[in-house]
Amino acid sequence: MEYALALVVLAALVALAVAGPLRRRGEEERVEEARLAELRAAKEAKYREINDAELDHRMGKLSREDWRAVDRELRGEAIEILRELDRLEGRSPEGG
Amino acid sequence: MAGVGSACLLVGLLTAIYAGGASLYGARTGRREWATSGRRAIYCLAGLTVSAFAILEAAFLRSDFSFALVAEGSSTDTPSFYKVTAVWATQDGSLLLWSTLLALFSSAVLFLTRRSLRDIAPYATAVLAGVAAFFLLLMVAWENPFDTLAAPPAEGAGLNPLLRHPAMMIHPPMLYTGYVGFSVPFAFAVGALVTRQTGADWIRATRRFALVAWTFLGAGILLGALWSYTELGWGGYWAWDPVENASLMPWLVGTAFLHSIMVQEKRGMLKVWNASLICGTFVLALLGTFLVRSGILNSIHAFGASTIGVQFLVFIGLVVALSVALILARLPDLRSEARLDSLISREAFFLLNNLVLVGLCLVIMWGTFFPLISEAITGNEQSVGPPWFDRLTTPLALVLVALAGIGPVLAWRRVTWSSLRRVLVAPLAVAGAALVLLLAFTDAADSTSSLLMFCFVAFVLGVVGQELWRGTSARRVMTGEAWPRALARLTGRNRRRYGGYLVHAGIAVLLLGVAASSAFLDQRDVRLSPGQSFDVGGYHVTYREPKAQLGGDDAGTGAPVSLGAVLDVRKGGKHFTLRPWRNYYASRDPSLGAISRFFEGEANSEVDVRWGLRRDFWLAVRPDLGPLQRQIREADTKFASSSGDVQALVIAALAERYRNDPPPAAFRAIVSPMVAWIWIGGAIVVLGALVAGWPSPEARLRRVRSLYSARLGRELSRA
Repeated sequence: MEYALALVVLAALVALAVAGPLRRRGEEERVEEARLAELRAAKEAKYREINDAELDHRMGKLSREDWRAVDRELRGEAIEILRELDRLEGRSPEGG
Repeated sequence: MAGVGSACLLVGLLTAIYAGGASLYGARTGRREWATSGRRAIYCLAGLTVSAFAILEAAFLRSDFSFALVAEGSSTDTPSFYKVTAVWATQDGSLLLWSTLLALFSSAVLFLTRRSLRDIAPYATAVLAGVAAFFLLLMVAWENPFDTLAAPPAEGAGLNPLLRHPAMMIHPPMLYTGYVGFSVPFAFAVGALVTRQTGADWIRATRRFALVAWTFLGAGILLGALWSYTELGWGGYWAWDPVENASLMPWLVGTAFLHSIMVQEKRGMLKVWNASLICGTFVLALLGTFLVRSGILNSIHAFGASTIGVQFLVFIGLVVALSVALILARLPDLRSEARLDSLISREAFFLLNNLVLVGLCLVIMWGTFFPLISEAITGNEQSVGPPWFDRLTTPLALVLVALAGIGPVLAWRRVTWSSLRRVLVAPLAVAGAALVLLLAFTDAADSTSSLLMFCFVAFVLGVVGQELWRGTSARRVMTGEAWPRALARLTGRNRRRYGGYLVHAGIAVLLLGVAASSAFLDQRDVRLSPGQSFDVGGYHVTYREPKAQLGGDDAGTGAPVSLGAVLDVRKGGKHFTLRPWRNYYASRDPSLGAISRFFEGEANSEVDVRWGLRRDFWLAVRPDLGPLQRQIREADTKFASSSGDVQALVIAALAERYRNDPPPAAFRAIVSPMVAWIWIGGAIVVLGALVAGWPSPEARLRRVRSLYSARLGRELSRA
């Protein structure tokens, strides 16, 4: 009896919880939100790489020429991410 | 409440199946609401499993013997501390722990990624739900922790005495957290492969989960080693036991994964490696779970044979088949985005690191499964012992430590020879100095492998010190900050890097302890009567007197009878006393007599250790009960029907007889140098992992000139 009752109650609670999103079928999730989150994470990762490369150069692991080449490449990749971010956020390149 | 618990499991199973189905449907049709519903189902699963776990814990704590599991694994006289741990000492309970941790981890990662990875996340949800469904099915169909007894006994069988140790409280949950944690990056890797989104997004989203899993698994392994050292009475901390190996293998491959994903994040390379490594890690985690309970390999962990071995093997086979098929099918999408610029680069050394770690894992796997392989081929079960493992793993461990030192000094893409010379001079000088000192003032040369390990450890510590020095100096040049602030800001802004260096230092210190303690220990096994002495490792040891006590054992394990010894230990002007015990636990075997069941049941050693940074003095005793057997048999006959109080008096009298007229006892004494550094190194590793995994502040930004460059510059610098 305890088992059967618990079964019914728990199943009903779960059904209520999982049916919620299905009942709100009409609301469209913004696709851009997910892409924005991914781009922001990628941006932070790229910034870390830029700073890492500079630190490596200052610690003597990267020659000046190698560092400049790497830095140029990484900044180019960062700019592409910023472009995509601006496009999705509807902003101008100045950041306004 | 057993009914409620069982209901939680069945509803949990149905919920997991729904979660997988809804997520897949949502992913295939693009109907986001179904994917969201699937994610909600995982949250519900977490609630159900946590509830089930709480019900089971409560049953253990109140000694409810109507629960078959409680009757089998606990007793009214089991200390409360160990009643809590008894849940996961059983197969059913450990399955429930696995499921609960999986549901919690899954809920956490799906909550954190609810607004990102919209294509990958539903497939990851389906994978996590599938794994959860497997474990829940095992419980619902075969090993239900909520089975009840029609006629509950008045007393339970009690917890295995070997498991009555504080490390037992957290060793299994830590291991399981590690095993379960790796299911998260595995699930997202599968999602990335299915959706062909094989960039670094899935790695960024799950990297911390992999790091947490790795840290917990490593800590669990170390706690097991500590438990072995202090509980099992043989004096060692690692025996290459099959179950020990089964936990080490996913940790090794997980280590390779954590390093290798950095290359994919930075250069878009090693994608096939990373997909294969995380699939391999997860498969090995499942294998580790399986080996603990299956009984197919002889192990100190053989706490009970399993009825679910076949089911586990089938599931593992399915996971392997799915993983291999998916990776092969997506090979074109896993092509590297860049080429290896130089063999002297961090990428190249990470690749070498992968090879060494995987090689180490394969060696251990071969040795672990050799008994099964030999039996299958020759019909005879043969095994390989610690010397075989030591012979093959030591060279690889040496290479690994060397790489742990070289890797951090290399830059990404390429390093010039002049740069390399510049950054290696100081650490090599430290290693050279260590070599000279060791040769001049110690007998380290007696073991070539240990001497090499000591020098490599010095090299690694030299590298880490140099990295901190140079990094702080560089920051001071840029900012003008004082040393302490510059160091703190440096490590705070580069937590992943310096946390990683700290982990390397910790591993080096740990292996220093392993090398010293394994190559230079002194051990003696003796039989002594009170007043007699022996020498070991430069110490003079005298057996002063025997001890006996009823109940209230020093370790708090609830042993009814304890017999021990007091020994005086001297070296030079130093003197200390050691008090090892042997605890005896009453057996429930009805064939044993009323008195003899207290002396012929389970017994375990409570060793005494004089801990020290330079060396440990470890001592265990095994009393000889042979001379007491006649009195015990007589007592069985005379007092078979007596009350418990009378029997307790008889046992007390026997214990007192042992104390007053003790036969020679067997002692094992071990002097092990630098064992403490194993635990210290482990603590440094955990600290380093915490630092590496802690969320960083937003990157500081710097000015540059062009339009986007200016914006980039504005965002790169902070006023």
